[in-house]
Amino acid sequence: MDSRARRTVLAQGSLLAMLAACGLLTASQVHAAEAAGFDAKTLDDALKALGGQAADSKDVVITSPDIAENGAVVPVAVTSKLPKTQQIVVLVEKNPNPMTALFTIPEGTEPYVSTRVKMGQSTNVVAVVKADGRLYAASKETKVTLGGCGG
Amino acid sequence: MADPMRIRAQQKDDTTDVRVLMAHPMETGLRKDAAGKTIPALFISDVKATCGGRPVLSAKWGQAISQNPFLQFRFKGAKIGDKVTVTWTDNSGDTRTDETVIA
Repeated sequence: MDSRARRTVLAQGSLLAMLAACGLLTASQVHAAEAAGFDAKTLDDALKALGGQAADSKDVVITSPDIAENGAVVPVAVTSKLPKTQQIVVLVEKNPNPMTALFTIPEGTEPYVSTRVKMGQSTNVVAVVKADGRLYAASKETKVTLGGCGG
Repeated sequence: MADPMRIRAQQKDDTTDVRVLMAHPMETGLRKDAAGKTIPALFISDVKATCGGRPVLSAKWGQAISQNPFLQFRFKGAKIGDKVTVTWTDNSGDTRTDETVIA
């Protein structure tokens, strides 16, 4: 792969999927990048694995309780108002592995997901949205009264 | 074979709202049992949902999704009577597919 293609890949994570389809980047390399994100032990490393800097955006809306009674089951929903939303990623900042979920949104599917996550302690829930090849993020602090990792 | 998922797909105007409740222990691999041995990680790592063969959502999960995962999402382009199929695969290779009809 020449250096220009390499720089483009690093700058725009969504190209990974396209390049994989073109055979320039193998599917296993895309999976490796995503797997690296899930293995990351800090929020920064997880964000790096996703493709770098995410701009703060009010168009990424996190719905989660201000105070969660039970850290083992914290409802989190993410809505993206950004056009061409391709992926929604949910991270829990102070969890042992912050990257919690990566949703791929095909065309025709609303940029909205709702699920329940485990939070080990009070921390920020971070949502990263990949829209039209760029990353946008929002974060919301959720306090936890009883930690959710079984400890 | 794992317990079945409960899937509900409701049509509201042109949007299908899907709610899924999966049965799975979602072990983080961080807990210890009474004897002090670490309980190995066992969690759903991949989820795929399709409607009429068309992918409508795919997800990769880490071990911090809660036990008995809940998932809700919405998509357009389907109608009452169409089938929504959801498949999960966990990190041990176990898998489960269930489907429902949009009502």
